[in-house]
Amino acid sequence: MSLMSLTAAELGRKIKAGEATAEQAVRDALDAIEKKDGELNCFITVDGEGALKRAAEVQRGIEDGTLTGPLAGVPVAVKDNMCTRGLLTTCASKILYNYKPTYTAQALEQLTQAGAIVIGKTNMDEFAMGSTTETSAYGETKNPWNLSHVPGGSSGGSCAAVAAEECSFALGSDTGGSIRQPSSFCGVTGLKPTYGTVSRYGLVAYGSSLDQIGPVAKDVTDCALILEAIAAYDTKDSTSVKREAYDFTAALADDVSGMRIGIPRDYLGDGLDREVKEAVLAAAETLAEKGAVVEEFDLSLTEYAIPAYYIIACAEASSNLARFDGVKYGYRAKEYEGLHNMYKKSRSEGFGPEVRRRIMLGSFVLSSGYYDAYYLKALRAKALIKQAFDQAFAKYDVILGPTAPTTAPKLGASLCDPIKMYLGDIYTVSVNLAGLPAVTLPCGRDDAGLPIGLQLIGDCFAEKKIIRAAYAYERTRRYEHSPLQC
Amino acid sequence: MKTYETVIGLEVHVELATRTKIFCSCSTEFGGAPNSHTCPVCTGQPGSLPVLNRKVVEYAMAVGLATNCAVTRCCKFDRKNYFYPDNPQNYQISQLYLPICRDGGVEIETAAGKKTVGIHEIHMEEDAGKLVHDEWEDVSIVDYNRSGVPLIEIVSEPDMRSAEEVIAYLEKLRLIIQYLGASDCKLNEGSMRADVNLSVREAGTETFGTRTEMKNLNSFKAIARAIEAERARQIELIEAGKAVVQETRRWDDNKEYSYAMRSKEDAQDYRYFPEPDLVPVFIDDAWIAEVKAREPEMRDAKLARYQSEFGLPEYDAKILTGDKHFADLFEAATALCGKPKKVSNWIMVETIRLLKENGKDADEIAFSPVNLAKLIDLADSGSITGTVAKEVFERVFQEDIDPEAYVKEHGLVTVKDEGALRAVVKQVLAENPKSVEDYRNGKEKAIGFLVGQTMRQMKGKADPGIVNKLLKELLGQTGN
Repeated sequence: MSLMSLTAAELGRKIKAGEATAEQAVRDALDAIEKKDGELNCFITVDGEGALKRAAEVQRGIEDGTLTGPLAGVPVAVKDNMCTRGLLTTCASKILYNYKPTYTAQALEQLTQAGAIVIGKTNMDEFAMGSTTETSAYGETKNPWNLSHVPGGSSGGSCAAVAAEECSFALGSDTGGSIRQPSSFCGVTGLKPTYGTVSRYGLVAYGSSLDQIGPVAKDVTDCALILEAIAAYDTKDSTSVKREAYDFTAALADDVSGMRIGIPRDYLGDGLDREVKEAVLAAAETLAEKGAVVEEFDLSLTEYAIPAYYIIACAEASSNLARFDGVKYGYRAKEYEGLHNMYKKSRSEGFGPEVRRRIMLGSFVLSSGYYDAYYLKALRAKALIKQAFDQAFAKYDVILGPTAPTTAPKLGASLCDPIKMYLGDIYTVSVNLAGLPAVTLPCGRDDAGLPIGLQLIGDCFAEKKIIRAAYAYERTRRYEHSPLQC
Repeated sequence: MKTYETVIGLEVHVELATRTKIFCSCSTEFGGAPNSHTCPVCTGQPGSLPVLNRKVVEYAMAVGLATNCAVTRCCKFDRKNYFYPDNPQNYQISQLYLPICRDGGVEIETAAGKKTVGIHEIHMEEDAGKLVHDEWEDVSIVDYNRSGVPLIEIVSEPDMRSAEEVIAYLEKLRLIIQYLGASDCKLNEGSMRADVNLSVREAGTETFGTRTEMKNLNSFKAIARAIEAERARQIELIEAGKAVVQETRRWDDNKEYSYAMRSKEDAQDYRYFPEPDLVPVFIDDAWIAEVKAREPEMRDAKLARYQSEFGLPEYDAKILTGDKHFADLFEAATALCGKPKKVSNWIMVETIRLLKENGKDADEIAFSPVNLAKLIDLADSGSITGTVAKEVFERVFQEDIDPEAYVKEHGLVTVKDEGALRAVVKQVLAENPKSVEDYRNGKEKAIGFLVGQTMRQMKGKADPGIVNKLLKELLGQTGN
C-alpha cells in the first residue's frame, strides 16, 4: 500500500509513531508520480532530489523532537503560481518558462516550517485563468476519474494530484473558484479561506483583491490542519488580517444540531445539472437529519456575480501581468526591433490566448471613458453582492449549494466557448467577490461516475462553521479513491 | 500691440528623506553599486507585495499641514499603468482619486507684493529606476536602486503669473520642506523637480489659453529661462495666427530651447485604478496632532524670533533663516558663544563669501558650530586680531580645524607687549618719514597708513589699540 493513499493526518501520525519515515513518504509520492503522471500531467516540475534531501532533514527533526506538528514529513504538491526559491515557478506560462524565484511564498514558508515536504509544482491554467487546466503552456492535466475529462481549474494539477494520490495534499489558489471547482471535479476536498487569512506574499497575482491560497486534501480534517499551518497574519501582505483565533481543527466536531443552513434558490435554477442538483439536495437532507435547520431562500443578485467578477479580475490581471515584459526575467522574443517591438513580441509569444483575452478585456474596462461604465459599476455590484450575503448570514450559519453546475466536462469541450466556460463559475465567483470562506467536498457521483461537489459557504471569518458542517456531512460517507490510485 | 498675461502652474516632485523606500525596506541611500539596494518588491518580482512606509505618510502630512492643506482622512493609492523598463512592474503606485492632502496654499512675496499660490493637491508615489544607454555596446541597462524611493508631488493651482513668482513659490516650498526635514530639495540632484505648466492669454481675458508642460528644469535659472522662452514662443504662435498645441516639451538649458516630447492627444491612457495590494490609509485627529506637534519652528517664526530674541536686524534674520543650514549653524554657534550678532556676521559675510568662492551651497558647510564659536571667542577676547581671525576662519571653513589649537600652534596670538611693539612702531616711523611729516602737518589720516605698516610688520598679530596708542604717543613726542 502506498503511503499516499492515507490522509495527511494519518500519514503524519504514522511517521511520528515511527511506522513510516518522511523519506518513505516522499519515495511513495515520487513512485506514484513516476507511474501515473506521464498520463495525468499533474506536475510541471518534480523536485525529487530536493524533496529527498529535505525528507532526511525533516526526519532528523522528527526524531530529535524539534518537529512535532501533524504535517511533519508529509509530501505536499504546490500550484505553480507560488514562488519557491531556486525552483522553477512558471504559472504554467511560456513567459515564465525559466523563472526561478529568489524567495519563497509566505504560506509555503510556514508549511515548510511545519515539516511538510514540497515534492513539486503542479499544473494549472496559465496564470490561473481558466476552469479546466487546459490553458497551460505545459499541456492539459487529465481527470483521474476519467482520462477523457478535464480536472477542472485553475488548480487542476493540485486537485488531480491529490485524487490520483501522487501527494498527500496540495496547495491551490482560488480567485473565482480555482480551488473549489477542480476539487469538486476530482472528488477531493478544497477550502478557500476568508480573504486576508493566508498571506498572498509570493503568490503570483491574478486578481489581487480576490486571490487566496488554500488547501486541497482528501478530507475536511486535513483541510483544517493545513489551514492552521498556512493561515497567519503577515506584515508583508497589507491585505492580511490579524484574526482572533487560528485553531480551525477545534471545529472538527460531528455536530450540526441547530445549525441554520440556507440553500439559495438562485443556485438551483436553470443551467444546473439534474444529477448535481439531486446529490446536493440529498446532502442537505443528510445534514437536516443530523439536526441542522435547512431551508431555501432567495439570495438575489446572483446574475451579476459573473460579469462583476470577470471585469474586476481581468482589470487587476491586466495590470498585475504587465510586469512580464521580457526585460527583467522570463521569456524574451528572439528577434525584435526596439523596445516596443520587444514588449509586443515577447508578450504576444509568451502569453497564451486565454491570458491575452483577459489582459485585453481588463485593459479595455480600465481605459478612459469605460472605467465608470464597467470597472466602477462592477465594484458597486461587488459591494451589493457582499450586502446580499450579509443579509443571508444574519439568518443562516452556512449557505449550502453546488460547487459547479455540472461535473467535469470532456477535454476540449470548453475552450471553444469561453462564455460558456465563464458561466460555469456561477456558484463560486460571488464567494470571492464577497471575500467569504467556502469549502467543497464530494457528495456523490453522476451516472458517468464523475464526482459531484457540495459547497458550503460561511460568513467572513466563519471558517469554523463550514468546517463543522462539512465534517459532519463527511462522517456520513466513505472516502472514494479515484480509479487511478494504486 | 496686445499685452499678454502668462499663467503658470507647477507640478513639483520632492524626494522624501526616509531611510527606506516607500513600499519595501531597501535603503534609499545614493551611490550604491547598481541594483544593490533592491529586493523582490522594488524590482517587480512576481508575487511580491508593497507595504506602505508610515514615515512617508507622516512627511507628506507634515508638508500638507505646513502648506495649509486639508488632510484626507481616508486616502488611497492607485495604479498608474504604463510600460517602460525603468518601472519594474510597468505600473507606478501613486494617488489619483484620494490624494493625502488637498486645497492648501502658501504666501509668496515678490517685488509686486504678497500673494497666495494655491496648492491643488499633494500625493504620494514611488520613483522609478534609472535607465543607462550604453552607446558603445548598443544596449540599455537598468538600475533599480531608485525604484521605490518615496516622492510627493505637489500640484499648484495655475496662480503664478511670472518667472519671479514661480521662483518665489519654489523657494518657499523648498524652505518649508527643508525646515520640516522632509527632503533636502536639491534641484540639481533631482531631489526636487519642477514641471512647469504654462499658457498665455490676452490681458483681461478670463479663459485660459492652451497650456504646455515643460520638463527637465534643473535649476532656478533654467526655470526662469524656460518660462521666458516658452512665453515668447506661445505669443509668437498666437500673433502669427497659429494654435498652441497642448504637449509636453523638454527644455535644453544649453541651447535655451525646448522641443515637443509627445503630444497629449496620442498620450497614453494610464488606466488608473485603485491599488488592490494596499489598504486605505486612515488618518485620525490624533495622528495629525502627533505630526503637527513634531513640526519644528518654521521660517516665519524663526524670522520673528531672531529679531526679538537676538536683536538681529530684519535683513540679517532673513538671510539666516533663508536657508535651514544657516539657521541651524547660527543657533548652534550662538548657544555656544552667546554672541548672536557676531555669529550672524561671520555667517553673512565670511561664510557666504567662501561658499560663493568655492561654488558650494549652504548644505555643504563642513565646519562645526563649535569651531565657529571658539573663533568668535578668540577674536572677541582680543586673543587674536580681526585679520588673524579671518585667516583662521578660512582654515575652519576648509578643514574644520580647532581655532584654539591652530592659533597656538602657529603663534597667532595678538602681541600686547608694549615694549616689543614700541620697538616696531619706532622702526616704522623711522622708515616712513613722509607719513610722519604729513601727520604732523595735520593730515590725521596718515596715522592709518602707519597703523597698517605696523600691522604688516607684525603679520596682523599686533593689538591695534596698543599700536594706535603707541603711534600717537611717539608721533606726539617727536613733534614737541
